[in-house]
Amino acid sequence: MTTPMPKLANTDPAKKQSLVDSLRAFLPSASVLYSDEELKPYECDGLSAYRQVPLVAVLPETVEQVQHILRLCSARKVPVVARGAGTGLSGGALPLADGVLLGLAKFNRILEIDPVKRIARVQPGVRNLAVSQAAAPHALYYAPDPSSQIACSIGGNVAENAGGVHCLKYGLTVHNILKLEVVTIDGELITIGADGLDSPGYDLLALMTGSEGMLGVIVEVTVRLLPQPESAQVILAAFDDIENAGSAVAHIIGAGIIPAGLEMMDKPAIRATEDFVHANYPTDAEAMLLCEVDGTSAEVAEQIARVEDVLNSCGATEIRRASDEQERMVFWSGRKAAFPAVGRISPDYYCMDGTIPRRRLSKVLTRIGQLSEEYGLRIVNVFHAGDGNLHPLILYDANKPGELERTEELGGKICQLCVEVGGTITGEHGVGVEKIDQMCVQFDKSELTQFHAVKHAFDPDGLLNPGKGVPTLRRCAEFGAMHVHGGKLPHADLPRF
Amino acid sequence: MTLESKDIEAIVRAAAAEAAPLRIRGGDTKAFYGRQTNGQLLDVSGHAGIISYEPTELVITARAGTRLKDIEAALAESDQMLSFEPPHFGDGATLGGAVASGLSGPARPYTGALRDFLLGVVCINGAGERLSFGGQVMKNVAGYDISRLMAGAMGTLGVMLELSLKVLPKPTCELTLAFAVDAATAIATTAKWAAQPLPFSAACHDGEILRVRLSGSESGVNAAHQKIGGEEVADGDSYWQALREHRLPYFSNTQPLWRLSVPATTPATSINGQWILDWGGAQRWCVSDIPADLIRQQASSVGGHAILFRGGDRTSEVFHPLPAPLVTLHRRLRDAFDPKKILNPGRLYRDL
Ligand SMILES: Cc1cc2nc3c(=O)[nH]c(=O)nc-3n(C[C@H](O)[C@H](O)[C@H](O)COP(=O)(O)OP(=O)(O)OC[C@H]3O[C@@H](n4cnc5c(N)ncnc54)[C@H](O)[C@@H]3O)c2cc1C
Repeated sequence: MTTPMPKLANTDPAKKQSLVDSLRAFLPSASVLYSDEELKPYECDGLSAYRQVPLVAVLPETVEQVQHILRLCSARKVPVVARGAGTGLSGGALPLADGVLLGLAKFNRILEIDPVKRIARVQPGVRNLAVSQAAAPHALYYAPDPSSQIACSIGGNVAENAGGVHCLKYGLTVHNILKLEVVTIDGELITIGADGLDSPGYDLLALMTGSEGMLGVIVEVTVRLLPQPESAQVILAAFDDIENAGSAVAHIIGAGIIPAGLEMMDKPAIRATEDFVHANYPTDAEAMLLCEVDGTSAEVAEQIARVEDVLNSCGATEIRRASDEQERMVFWSGRKAAFPAVGRISPDYYCMDGTIPRRRLSKVLTRIGQLSEEYGLRIVNVFHAGDGNLHPLILYDANKPGELERTEELGGKICQLCVEVGGTITGEHGVGVEKIDQMCVQFDKSELTQFHAVKHAFDPDGLLNPGKGVPTLRRCAEFGAMHVHGGKLPHADLPRF
Repeated sequence: MTLESKDIEAIVRAAAAEAAPLRIRGGDTKAFYGRQTNGQLLDVSGHAGIISYEPTELVITARAGTRLKDIEAALAESDQMLSFEPPHFGDGATLGGAVASGLSGPARPYTGALRDFLLGVVCINGAGERLSFGGQVMKNVAGYDISRLMAGAMGTLGVMLELSLKVLPKPTCELTLAFAVDAATAIATTAKWAAQPLPFSAACHDGEILRVRLSGSESGVNAAHQKIGGEEVADGDSYWQALREHRLPYFSNTQPLWRLSVPATTPATSINGQWILDWGGAQRWCVSDIPADLIRQQASSVGGHAILFRGGDRTSEVFHPLPAPLVTLHRRLRDAFDPKKILNPGRLYRDL
């Protein structure tokens, strides 16, 4: 991840002008941005270490306009990068110097909420939280709840297969969508999925989900709505040993309980958030778990008691039960504000996203601690423990020469560690430009070739978000990574911790 | 007979070299499903065995030839299960066959489909290359989701060798309730209930009786029973099994069996004959001789699709025809995995 996107130094001004003219022929002039000043806000997404101003940015309002834009780009072989809300953390929406940035912000309408069918049909630019808010009068909600849910778009959620705190029980984006309207690179509008529970042919709905804007542009999403649970309870548990916290996670699941959320924070994360939001977190603890269960009131009472038993037997030093809805919100407020809280204690931070088998949790955390010392960079851990999705935040200062590079190298090591223990380099943030080199660690040549073949089936000229998601074989050769597949290679049986 | 993955790889390579079609077979329990395909038999049932199962991880990894019943037995020892309740349609049903056909049982609308539980796949593509996608973790967005693409592809994208699936704890309590209502009432009632936080795990109307299943903790199930009423069915379990396995008398009819997948709230259809409305109305069974076009048109008109599930002409299209742009995409995807078209050619669609 040390090489930013290749810049094309000589974008021909005449070519740019002609593209702008062609776009303005069918788009309102306010929808075509091309001066440096107008383009600046689009130069990066949530991964701000990478910046690139696009050649042109367009903000279409209708599906026909999107089709027209893609037809034009296709004919002129101009690359296209789709952008939702730009909260992505892997540089997926990073523009290309010679490409069009296709912003979907104006697609912000909720088209239909059907409380009987329990679906919402929305445009891709609609914010995640807005869907649940619109469904709330019917006591329904949209389950996937990324921490960025007040800002991120549904289109971006589909493109990244976004997850959230409640995905342990209710699934990821892929489990909660029914149908997509997608514009292909040829400008053709296709329907993927159906109003029913399945559709004929290959499961293109799964294939589109998490495809990072590389297979098509999503212009409409139909999501499934769930009934709001009758009640929810959260427990906060403190531990004086991070290993105990890790084993409590495994034991809760092992006891046959699927919590609605099971989140973990380490000491630096607890302290940073406590300083920020004053949620009365146990600042002396080495680790803390938040465990939420939901269901009918009777079920919740029963499960909470069982969770407490498990936590006690795993050596929790303190267990608190939120006494009412207000306190439940306070318990969660710290977790939800964890990223910005960390933003206050360091000029910059880098968010990793590997997922590992739960049983490896404590060992991986220990190893991450060692790496942090080796690199002299602080790491804060706050993550979705229930499904083994880690978010080590590496603290650094971009103004210190070389520190970003060292951070990225450390990040690469953490990715590799996740693959070595049988996990993956990314659980929900996507590969983008950020983890493209680490793809060479997780996949071998023939697998990468298969990915490229899939891409080719949708986009033969490679115009949709090129350079993201899947590395070229050449890039992997240059990166020189050792391919460590599913923890099997190399020497998986040797102790590494 | 045990069969090593390298043997399967060699067979596929040799077939690719000669562009000779292969007919992939697991337990041969779903031969009736999909279109007829003619090719050299590749029997993968010998590539069997559970590779890893860690109950606290909620994941099982097994070779594709492993029998479903062996997997279910292993899971039951730890009080866990395949929550999508795959139909077996025979004793020898294998995991690979279940994934290839992509079928899910009565719990599907409430707990999810087979594809929702699929986490990883090791397969051999049509060029004879062994590939691994996804893995054993719950969340994984590295690369395109090729694992889920295998579900329901009828073996046309790869010969599956190993599969990793998410498993869930078995509910501690289950209760089946019966209501004597007509189809329209059943559709409306299940929709109304489904919008409430109640622990449903199945709902099926057979023309006369609506049966629903509640699954969860004892307190949750009892509270729901209080709320919705209904008459307790003593052997609920065997009813749902018989429904899933098509062992109800309804399914012994020799006429073609159609499966319609439609929005659950679609009104009962005008097509005559007896219908079984499973999945709270989202999966509808119809034994009928009426022309394919007519039934497909019915399904399309409400945003659904129809499959000639069993019987009838297996050389005609049995799956719902795709719109033209999707046909092109399907061809290109097929080509991306199996350029010589040797894996189960024609099993999904005639020209695929
Ligand atoms: C503070 C913070 C917390 C976060 N927490 C979480 C979390 O808990 N879980 C989680 O999963 N993520 C999280 N994220 C990451 C991010 O919010 C998600 O990845 C989100 O889904 C991105 O949505 P977006 O609209 O911002 O997409 P963008 O960043 O604009 O784009 C993301 C990718 O999707 C593509 N794309 C966008 N829209 C479309 C479209 N309509 N059609 C085709 N492709 C499209 C882009 O090309 C790009 O590749 C967090 C981010 C931040 C900043």
